[in-house]
Amino acid sequence: MLVRLLQRSLRPYARPLLAVVALQLVGTVAVLYLPSLNADIIDEGVARADTAYVLRTGLVMLGVSLLQVVCTVAAVWFGARTAMSVGRDLRGQLFTHVGSFSAREVAGFGAPSLITRTTNDVQQVQMLVLTSCTMLVAAPIMMVGGVLMAVREDLGLSWLLAVSVPALCLAVGLVVSRMVPGFRRMQVRIDEVNRVLREQISGVRVVRAFAREEHETARFGVANAELTAVAVTVGRWMALMFPTVLLILNVSSVAVLWFGGQRVDQGLMQVGALTAFLAYLLQILMAVMMATFMLVLVPRASVCADRIVEVLDTASSVVPPRQPVRAFAGPVGVELRDVELTHPGASDPVLRDVSLVVRPGQTVAIVGSTGAGKTTLLDLVPRLFDVTGGAVLVGGVDVRELDPDVLHRALGLVPQRAFLFSGTVASNLRYGRQDATDDELWEALEIAQAREFVAALPEGLDAPVTQGGTNLSGGQRQRLAIARAVVRRPAVYLFDDAFSALDLATDARLRAALRPVTRSSAVLVVAQRVSSILDADAILVLDGGAVVGRGTHDELLASCATYQEIVASQLTVQEVA
Amino acid sequence: MTAVQGRRMQETERISAGPGPGRGPLGGGMVGQRSIDFGPSARRVVGRLRPERARVLAVVALCVVSVGLSVLGPRLLGRATDLIFSGLFSRRLPAGTTPEQAVEAARAAGDDDRAGLLAQLDLVPGQGVDTGAVGRVLLLALAVYLAASVFAWLQAFLLNDAVQRTVFRLREEVAAKLHRLPLAYTDSQPRGELLSRVTNDIDNLSSTLQQTLSQLLTSLLTVLGVVGMMLWISPLLAVVALVTVPLTVLVSGLVMKRSQGLFVDQWRTTGRLNAHVEEAFTGHALTKVFGRRRQVEQVFDGENEQLFRASFGAQFVSGLIMPVATFLGNLSYVAIAVLGGVRVATGAMSLGEVQAFIQYSRQFSQPLTQVASMVNLLQSGVASAERVFELLDAAEEPPEGRAALPAAGARGEVVFDDVSFRYEPDVPLIEGLSLVARPGQTVAIVGPTGAGKTTLVNLVLRFYDVDAGRIMLDGVDIAALRRSDLRGRIGMVLQDTWLFGGTIRDNIAYGRPAASEDEVLAAARATFVDRFVHALPDGYDTVLDEDGSGLSAGERQLVTLARAFLSDPALLILDEATSSVDTRTELLVQQAMSALRSDRTSFVIAHRLSTVRDADLILVMAAGRIVEQGRHEDLLARGGAYAELHEAQFAAPVV
Repeated sequence: MLVRLLQRSLRPYARPLLAVVALQLVGTVAVLYLPSLNADIIDEGVARADTAYVLRTGLVMLGVSLLQVVCTVAAVWFGARTAMSVGRDLRGQLFTHVGSFSAREVAGFGAPSLITRTTNDVQQVQMLVLTSCTMLVAAPIMMVGGVLMAVREDLGLSWLLAVSVPALCLAVGLVVSRMVPGFRRMQVRIDEVNRVLREQISGVRVVRAFAREEHETARFGVANAELTAVAVTVGRWMALMFPTVLLILNVSSVAVLWFGGQRVDQGLMQVGALTAFLAYLLQILMAVMMATFMLVLVPRASVCADRIVEVLDTASSVVPPRQPVRAFAGPVGVELRDVELTHPGASDPVLRDVSLVVRPGQTVAIVGSTGAGKTTLLDLVPRLFDVTGGAVLVGGVDVRELDPDVLHRALGLVPQRAFLFSGTVASNLRYGRQDATDDELWEALEIAQAREFVAALPEGLDAPVTQGGTNLSGGQRQRLAIARAVVRRPAVYLFDDAFSALDLATDARLRAALRPVTRSSAVLVVAQRVSSILDADAILVLDGGAVVGRGTHDELLASCATYQEIVASQLTVQEVA
Repeated sequence: MTAVQGRRMQETERISAGPGPGRGPLGGGMVGQRSIDFGPSARRVVGRLRPERARVLAVVALCVVSVGLSVLGPRLLGRATDLIFSGLFSRRLPAGTTPEQAVEAARAAGDDDRAGLLAQLDLVPGQGVDTGAVGRVLLLALAVYLAASVFAWLQAFLLNDAVQRTVFRLREEVAAKLHRLPLAYTDSQPRGELLSRVTNDIDNLSSTLQQTLSQLLTSLLTVLGVVGMMLWISPLLAVVALVTVPLTVLVSGLVMKRSQGLFVDQWRTTGRLNAHVEEAFTGHALTKVFGRRRQVEQVFDGENEQLFRASFGAQFVSGLIMPVATFLGNLSYVAIAVLGGVRVATGAMSLGEVQAFIQYSRQFSQPLTQVASMVNLLQSGVASAERVFELLDAAEEPPEGRAALPAAGARGEVVFDDVSFRYEPDVPLIEGLSLVARPGQTVAIVGPTGAGKTTLVNLVLRFYDVDAGRIMLDGVDIAALRRSDLRGRIGMVLQDTWLFGGTIRDNIAYGRPAASEDEVLAAARATFVDRFVHALPDGYDTVLDEDGSGLSAGERQLVTLARAFLSDPALLILDEATSSVDTRTELLVQQAMSALRSDRTSFVIAHRLSTVRDADLILVMAAGRIVEQGRHEDLLARGGAYAELHEAQFAAPVV
């Protein structure tokens, strides 16, 4: 997955990547050339006591160093640019793709997971690309170049490379292979510890009310001990890493001097070459080590890549029509025809055989127990889900054939959770219609019974709203969400239990104020309180995804047992009568 | 309900000022990068290691030895090189002559440099390399290196254990502290903030301790040792090598300063982008239905581009440190090679010494850059430590009382005696409130939001303590009781349906872990949990994840009801306990609850008046006082506040 993802996202950056490789190549060659020049200083200059030669070669070394730094800096520039571009592109792709998802895919992944994938996971992949460009690319070049240079200095000693390089690879590989699964286990344990803590903080009242502090302390103790056990093990492997590497490097140096010394003695090798060989060997081993360390990043980035690809490979279950219908075929009402909805993998349908018609000017209410499928039914109209049987029509056209823009323009949705966006009261109200005037906003606030509290804010319409509207009370949020829908003046209103946080007096006033506004609109209301739907033109009683009653309040009261139970649970007999 | 919410509700119809930063799951943890009081906090962190004193001392000793030995290594290798080099020259000299003759010969030839070089060497004319001597030096080097590695390993091993145990203790202390903090503390700060302290900050501190302690010590000692060796070999070259040090420090300091600003930029834009993504994904449906996808994408593209610029800047500039440090290292390498070459050629120094010197200069710039790069890490680690210490230092709940409750059998008489309470000293909330709930009575509390209903619950459970007056349970002042004894008598269901990550069965049994399977099932059946559990794939073994997804809000509330049901308390408190359950289910639950309530006192706080109709006593609260009390019919007949509320609730035109 990682490879596929990288291939896909690196394609547009072939040129800068080539530049990185070329620059790193030149830079590495420059680094490798230095010991060779130093060898010349010793063999040609020092051994012949030629001070002038020493100085000349020194100047060359200086030039080579300069070339090296310029190349590396340029490589970092291209590398950082490419890596950050890849990150930006991935984020963009994910964001746009998630935008095309239906409510089903969003719910399937969960919004928090999608957020993490778009932000943190991309960051991990981005970091891998960055370190690859700045360090990982240089390592193989350094290795190959170092071997070549070392062999050039003295072929007879090159067998030492064949011993120490694999030895280091093996040692580091062994330690790393123990550490990587250890790290993974550790992350799991850290998550577990954090989960327990998170629960204890959010559930502090329950923990205390049930006097379970000791139990919670013990629960945490177990998680903490497990984490520490893994951390200690991983830490011990890590403790082994550095001394092992150091030992192999040092033993190799000693070996070079021993075997090289003999070759020098036999006249097969010069002393300068020996020093250079030593330097190359160390550089090769450093490169090996660097590469292995960098490879530790790969498993982690690979998990992230999987999670990213999973999102990108998920197709939305709601596909825009290929040849969209751009106009309604009649008055803009809502019709459900024998609608069935089964979630993939589920054995029972969420909705079955639901039919209803809401004509412009009509109000149809849906009541039923928790889990009866009320919200799902409402979500079918804006195509947050698509039906698996039957059809949903708006303005006489199947919503699956309508241009999404045309469809959505006709709708005003007030969701169950009154979600507000960060910004101001005004920016939230204009969310559905940006050209609304202040007067129109005030009018909508008036209808939503929110005028008073907004007017009381020092900044009025420009009062700040935090993300999710957390600086407002639930009732205030709900009223703003209603006003937001009213500002659109839509042909179809969809209220999903939108009055639940209001006290009943406000609820009643609000509904009275809404009536003139919705006179020519189709209104579909999901409600808990019977009192708020008494005046609906028709009431649909849902139970277990099926319609068990249909009619006006009085008719249902006379005929529908489920409805009677619902009513009885809310009103006293004399109030119903 | 938390006090924060409570307070918010008091100030009804008022938006708290200021947009404030996003406090989403991603917003926390990034604030407060800079520590306020580095010195004392760092000392306190070190102080945490005190129980590991013996290990830490051993670590320091081992570190000194190990660094000392590895610093010795290059010197020995240099000695071997010298022996080889000398051997090389010796072989070229005719056997039987003395080294002095060779020097004389060179000088006579007018080659003063060569004369100097030869004079410096340990010559045995005619002989080749003294293999025995080389072998002895190299064997010694081998032994030194081996010992250095073993000591380094021991040191890292011990330090790892010490750090892990310290972090373990710190975690445990923080976790225990959480249970001793007054709710006023937990309520007064955003949940994400507290969470971030106990998770992110401890994690950060732990990795900082692990990474810096050992490296810092090793690096500093290495620098000291290497400088010592360099001065010993050649003070002149040492000065040349050291010249690049201030340069390195200066340049990396400059780069770091510049990149720090850029990193701040990067984190800021990251935060902004994350907030936007969070909002867009959470409000996904709305964005879609309100036709705002294109605008949202445009805003995202803008933020994304800004993040790209900021992070590119930060990564590029911070990426400069390595090449620049390498370059400066190379500069000193070249300088040493040249100067050293000249000095060897003139006999002022041996070749092996130059070789050792080059190795030292390499060993020496690396720890310097390491220390420099650790400064950032250290700063953020200490900042985290400070935040953890702040939590540990927070004032705790007042000590427990010792009074005992009458043995079971007494069924929860609750008396409020002239109770006054305020969350904030200057905002009066409950003033001189008195009430009596007799055993077995159901007391309903109604009133507008902000009237202080939930506060009563907070007081009875001693989540908060009264400012004046007293609350008695079965004749004992609750302030004199152990909190766990008090709470053990009370069952509570809140609007906020907290369930922990575990099976449904475990969640129900939370209030009484010793309950039998049958009792759990009975509780589940009584609260209608049983009905929906069977629709779940794993039934009672269905594992709820953290946010309880998989269950609807109503279903979660039923589970919390089952939990309270099972705990079989003397006093039951239901705070908007059925607000997420539809009314029909609620009715069923209430039938079950009324059976449960029959022989115990219960407090019911409800929004819907329909739920409190058959209470034995209805208290109507307004502004922290009880303005009316009585039974439903009496209160209706009185035509006062309750009648008004009732009117408002059922004002719908009845057809």
